[in-house]
Amino acid sequence: MNKVTKYVLYDIVRNRFVMGYTLLLAAVSFSFFGFDPDPNKGLLSLLNIILMVVPLVSIIFSTIHFYNSYEFIELLSAQPLSRKSIFLSEYIGVAASLSLAFLVGVGIPTMLFEGTERGIVLIISGLLLTLSFVSLAFLAAVITRDKAKGMGLSLVIWFYFALVYDGLVLGILFSFSDYPLEKVMLFLTALNPTDLARIMVLMKMDISALMGFTGAVFQDFFSTNYGLIIALSVLMVWVVWPVALATRIFNKKDL
Amino acid sequence: MSVLFHSLLLDHRVSPSFTRSHKKYPQHFSVQSCGFKTPRKAVSENGYAPAFSFLLFVCLNATFFLTSFSAQARTWKISPTQNFKRAVEQALPYDTLLIHKGLYRINNIIIDKPLTLIGQNFPVLDGQFKNEIFTITANDVTIQGLHFENVGMTSMIDWAAIKVLESRHVRIIGNRVRNSYFGIYLSASDHCLVQENDVRGNPKEEQNTGNGIHAWKCDSIRVENNRVAGHRDGIYFEFVTNSIIQRNFSHQNIRYGLHFMFSHKNGYFYNTFRQNGAGVAVMYTKFVTMKHNIFEQNWGGAAYGLLLKDISDSHIEQNTFNINTIGVYMEGCSRSVFSHNQFIKNGYAIRVQANCDDNTLVYNNFKGNTFDVATNGNVVLTKVAHNYWDKYEGYDLNRDGIGDVPFRPVSLYASVIERIPQAMMLLRSFTVTLLDRIEKIIPSITPESMKDESPMMKPIVYRKK
Repeated sequence: MNKVTKYVLYDIVRNRFVMGYTLLLAAVSFSFFGFDPDPNKGLLSLLNIILMVVPLVSIIFSTIHFYNSYEFIELLSAQPLSRKSIFLSEYIGVAASLSLAFLVGVGIPTMLFEGTERGIVLIISGLLLTLSFVSLAFLAAVITRDKAKGMGLSLVIWFYFALVYDGLVLGILFSFSDYPLEKVMLFLTALNPTDLARIMVLMKMDISALMGFTGAVFQDFFSTNYGLIIALSVLMVWVVWPVALATRIFNKKDL
Repeated sequence: MSVLFHSLLLDHRVSPSFTRSHKKYPQHFSVQSCGFKTPRKAVSENGYAPAFSFLLFVCLNATFFLTSFSAQARTWKISPTQNFKRAVEQALPYDTLLIHKGLYRINNIIIDKPLTLIGQNFPVLDGQFKNEIFTITANDVTIQGLHFENVGMTSMIDWAAIKVLESRHVRIIGNRVRNSYFGIYLSASDHCLVQENDVRGNPKEEQNTGNGIHAWKCDSIRVENNRVAGHRDGIYFEFVTNSIIQRNFSHQNIRYGLHFMFSHKNGYFYNTFRQNGAGVAVMYTKFVTMKHNIFEQNWGGAAYGLLLKDISDSHIEQNTFNINTIGVYMEGCSRSVFSHNQFIKNGYAIRVQANCDDNTLVYNNFKGNTFDVATNGNVVLTKVAHNYWDKYEGYDLNRDGIGDVPFRPVSLYASVIERIPQAMMLLRSFTVTLLDRIEKIIPSITPESMKDESPMMKPIVYRKK
């Protein structure tokens, strides 16, 4: 399994795309932090990038990579290796390369300019976001054999989490505004990894004072270590469940 | 006769300073520089004193001599070994008490005649939590250079380190107050001066912590260059009129940095209010002038840079609102002018309730606020013009420095939050940004009348001081 992972990793690192992605992230981070003397502002701008670009790149790149290495996977399947280990090696290889790109591109500048607790929370949530979107990409890729369909599905997933979901939440809020929705909101956030990452970072930014009663409920939840651990575990769930489901599908799949 | 003459000369060594300080009095009170007209009653009643002493020296007239002698002040020196209370009781009006460095365990000292108490190197007056320390019930009292501490707390009486009751021309200058229930308390007094005092409390809960500088039913007082921290309200006024509050620094009080009600025609200049529990709240007042003040870092669920409730005919100009949850919150405000203020990095720069009318918001700078303006209604009766908004994306074809397209400071998201506070959860979500963009192009939900027809292209620079 290690050997396969290593091979996948080498393959991706040789590919110039991840290098470009790293450089892009680094350039964006450095310019955000360098543009404004207030690192807080840089962090907020960076948060927008992390919530939009990182999931998009993660999910698209992973899907493309999976389809491109389909023949290689078929070849490996002919070897005495379990499908699970082949699949997980692929996953770990892709996830590791993208995480590395993220850590170098965003992690290093953030630690340089804002190496505080909030910076660390930003890095961790971005990292988990990368992992969970790679995971979702693998799920999308195993569902269909058709590359175009798989890509479409990935894009739909990204679109849903980045845009549609918040619109739906807004709709729910409008229709049920007469009810106390604080706890419901807390639950709804858990159903979207990008929202969860966003709220986690915002709560560290002391923005909750602005958020009124909802903010207070959120702050109560997220400011405690208990809440933070729960939020992180929910994000972890978002990493684990798609890839676990994908593995099951892949195991039974007729390649 | 010669003895008398001798003592007169001795006394004169003290009296010139005394008369001089009284001569200064009208200068201290010349409030005209601040654009205020106060009754000029403050003019020294002892204005004739120098001429008087000159006469004394030249004529050596015996009758003059004796009458003036009784009016001349003596200077008493008090050290910790003496009985402080008796010294105060024995002093004659217009005497000066020089208090030597040391610890005085005293409380409930009533100053009922015009005295000047001057501390040397901050002698410590320890109230031992038993009562007030000084209660002043006479005019023309000066308290200077003393260190007050440990004033007791009761729920019946507002004990204070220095309390002034129904007096005029009392001057409290350069004292330190520590660990007191109330710090400096003026009641039904006028023409008093509170200057360069350092009041620091040890806050517990709101209900058993008093105010730093408290004034009730006063007129023409001046509160200048004081530092207040750790009290309930840093500076508290009720029914205080025609007064000047300037260059004070009020910070880390558990409730408000400045709090006043029914206090008309006061001017607030160059004060700084920082990190107070709920910022600054002022209510039910007309003709307030606030200029060059700094309201900053009042950050919390119920904190405001400046909360204005039922304030009318006022001028809020050239102030800085920096990092507050809400920079200015207006409720029931009328005919007030907000100009040349800086709103920087606030959650909301301004929140205007719909019951405000006829206010003017011109030439302000808005930079880096999460929301520039929020309002709870569709009707906006505030004139908004010539402000600089960092969120403005219009153009200026004729290059006159004024944008050609109006700016709408109320974003769609801000209006949504006003209706559904829970939607705050979507702060900085991409969806919200997208909706805000759409709303900017085709406005439908945000109040139509709330717009700046002539937004400035560049931040407004105005001269400092």
